[in-house]
Amino acid sequence: MSTQLADSDVLQRTIDEALSRGGEFAEVFVEDRATSSAMLDQRRVEQLSSGRDRGAGIRVVIGETTGFAHTADLSEKGLLSAARAAAAVAREGGDGVREVALERLRNYPSSAEIEPSDVEKSKKIEMLLQADDVARSEGSSITQVQVALGDSTRRFVVANSEGVFASDHQVRTRFNVACIATGDTGMQTGYRPIAATRGFELLNPDVIEEAARGAARQAITKLEARPAPSGDLPVVLASGSGGILFHEACGHGLEADAIMKQASVYAGKVGQQVASPLVTLVDDGTVAGEWGYLAIDDEGHESSRNVLIENGVLTDYMWDYLRARKEGRRGSANGRRQSYQYLPMVRMTNTYLLEGESDADEIVAQTPYGVYVAQLGGGQVNTATGDFVFGMTAAFLIEDGKITAPLRDCNLIGNGPEILQRVDAVGRDFSMMPGTCGKDGQQVPVGCGQATMRLSAITIGGAAA
Amino acid sequence: MSDLLNQAERLLESAKGTEEIEIYVSSGVETEVRAYQGEIENLSSASSSGIGIRVLVDGASGAQVGTAWAGSLDDEAMRDALREARDNVRFASEDEFVALARPDGVDAVALSLRDESVLTTPLDEKIAMAIELERRVRDGDARIRQVDCANYSDYVAEAAIVSSTGIRASYARSGACLSVEAIASDGGGDQTGWGLSAGRAPGELDLELAANDAITRATRMLGAVKPSSMRCTAVFDPRTAATLLAIIGGALSGDAVVRGRSFFANRVGEMVASPLFSLLDDPTDSRHFAASSHDGEGLACRRNVLISNGQLQGFVYDTYSARRAGTASTGSALRGGIAGSPSAGCRALQLEPGGEDQATILKNVGYGVYVESIMGVHSGVNPISGDFSVGVTGLMIRDGQLAEPVRELTVASTLQRMLLDLSHVGNDVEWLPGSAAGQTLAIDGIAVSGS
Repeated sequence: MSTQLADSDVLQRTIDEALSRGGEFAEVFVEDRATSSAMLDQRRVEQLSSGRDRGAGIRVVIGETTGFAHTADLSEKGLLSAARAAAAVAREGGDGVREVALERLRNYPSSAEIEPSDVEKSKKIEMLLQADDVARSEGSSITQVQVALGDSTRRFVVANSEGVFASDHQVRTRFNVACIATGDTGMQTGYRPIAATRGFELLNPDVIEEAARGAARQAITKLEARPAPSGDLPVVLASGSGGILFHEACGHGLEADAIMKQASVYAGKVGQQVASPLVTLVDDGTVAGEWGYLAIDDEGHESSRNVLIENGVLTDYMWDYLRARKEGRRGSANGRRQSYQYLPMVRMTNTYLLEGESDADEIVAQTPYGVYVAQLGGGQVNTATGDFVFGMTAAFLIEDGKITAPLRDCNLIGNGPEILQRVDAVGRDFSMMPGTCGKDGQQVPVGCGQATMRLSAITIGGAAA
Repeated sequence: MSDLLNQAERLLESAKGTEEIEIYVSSGVETEVRAYQGEIENLSSASSSGIGIRVLVDGASGAQVGTAWAGSLDDEAMRDALREARDNVRFASEDEFVALARPDGVDAVALSLRDESVLTTPLDEKIAMAIELERRVRDGDARIRQVDCANYSDYVAEAAIVSSTGIRASYARSGACLSVEAIASDGGGDQTGWGLSAGRAPGELDLELAANDAITRATRMLGAVKPSSMRCTAVFDPRTAATLLAIIGGALSGDAVVRGRSFFANRVGEMVASPLFSLLDDPTDSRHFAASSHDGEGLACRRNVLISNGQLQGFVYDTYSARRAGTASTGSALRGGIAGSPSAGCRALQLEPGGEDQATILKNVGYGVYVESIMGVHSGVNPISGDFSVGVTGLMIRDGQLAEPVRELTVASTLQRMLLDLSHVGNDVEWLPGSAAGQTLAIDGIAVSGS
């Protein structure tokens, strides 16, 4: 990749052009992303794929209206033409005299130790094969193993009419193992992801082995699974993926776009007790290396650690620059976009619950009957009603304080404000999990995390009578 | 149109070598307008194009394949992609089933799927539609407290596929859509409802339909309560039924079958569903928004019967899965844009209509849950094991009629059981964006989890 994405004079002229028909804010976002992926299925290296996407997104804000256009043509001609398209929302026509000065570029280099482009493709294949070997060694009931490796190197420069001029270099690496075990009851699946905002230093034989073993064991264990119960039960969420609960139960509802449209159950509740006192929830783009880590957000603002809920009291929402500007307050660097082809909007980064004081084993031991969820698989929320679901992909019954029979996959359903009040124990074994968050058709990498915790009751959507 | 095809052919010509090469190029333009409180909130206009390249090299025990893509059609980007694909080939396993599609003598059905009026309709008219949609929903019922988003969107997309094995295909389609989400409130709590109207051109859109749909769905959910857990019949409305059919379509992909990831594998000829269930994938039916003359490998799309009166007839195949299964492609390669490789899948599912309208089905069901929206499909449905559990909002069915609204419940079963437990199929087919049309379906013996 070339070192220079765009010349500052060209960016300056693009912004000037974008504002020439009026408007109070313009931004140009130039992005260059290189990705590669490799997939192993049943010991066949199915394909290596490489991709490259370059382009610019330009937006102009005029009153309550945002005009947006994007182009893959990064020449000055291409950028100016996109700027005019974005400015088409300006109906009355401006005076065309505004000039923007871009000063020193704030440059955030990648912290990756091993850049993906420096890794031999043959080395990647070795990693895939190792995972396959390990997974199959777990037992003959493992009938299928699929391993995928992907990396992306994303460089962008963002400049706006208020003088923001910054560039970032984000390297992300992921490695997934998916297994199928076959038995008398049919097929069951196991899955483990490894993903971080790091280079290939993320992957070594030990972490690959752990992921492969975990995925295989999960599938084998589920062969014995019985249908999950239905109705309300206490639920213990294992450390890590349980963070999805907070992502869905309140994370999306604390995003300022939903708040400003009064389309969230949490609108107007700052300062109120919205959760159990055990809940202190943070969204934190600064956690180096995590999947949702950012040096700067996609609007060019340095990432920060933002406390959303403190001891159960709602302290603040998450903001992108434009919505914060409208409210006359500081942003929180939560403006993110899938690529230059999309408008930025308010998104989470790494969202996690701070540790509590309970012992994880004790939490299980003090649960006479309930469900222990070892892994969650994703979720969805309606922010206006607060109703949300999240899926369990590895779960067990808890009987007499002990983890017993495995359960088949199902969703859990609850209402955010009610469920947050039902957090009645939080452990000390904090960990994070990577995930992909979808909103309005845009996917971004996020992290979530918590220590082992318990909900006094939530509805389990199983198929058992 | 022919520009794209010519461009692909020029690149293919310049790439000539000893390998087999397939070149896929696409380009599109789209407009999206979002209205809020009588004004334009966002207006996006964009054009994009890109290329996907597959290179195959024959070896002793089969072919190797390498792929690369680029999000632009400039010469440098295309040359880089070709070089990367050639480099990637060396690392793939030799696989006897890997091959590019070859012309199979099936002629493509001529379809008229591209309406120029998407491009010629003035932007002001599109903006006016979004603003009018928002206004109609906001003013349509005193209980509508907010219109979260009111969108007009449209696109024209074209693609061309050429290969060294003789494939030469191009196709185009357009679409336009109005969508709106309303939030209703009665002081006690908020409820939401989505409205939708889709067509191939702006002139086909129905503002009134989309607005009323959103208003009705939001307001009739007011006062919704969590029901108690029970086992009963679930009646899926056409939209949620389409979601179900798309999931089932996934298990009918030849790719899932040859990889041993489908619960339908090895069951051709068996009764896998109720005799009321006859499913076909027919991209040549232009009523379907996903209709297409060609598949993702440039073969003609065709009508494929998957399940007939409950009996499994077969699967949809692309070239790879067909070779692995010892059969021929059914013209069913799907491609997830320039970055995706072709893979077998259903494109335009439709279920043969039954004899009853929705009111008759409700009357015959008597008691149960009417499912109006589903959430958590990606987290609660396992298409490999068949486990099915989704969050639902809807209405109770009592005495054969829609009764009080319910929320915060799940419905669960397995996909295998649900097909067999199907008891009614509606005649109210709704053509929807996405890979499946839908109509009212009733399924017995569903586990409802509530309080």
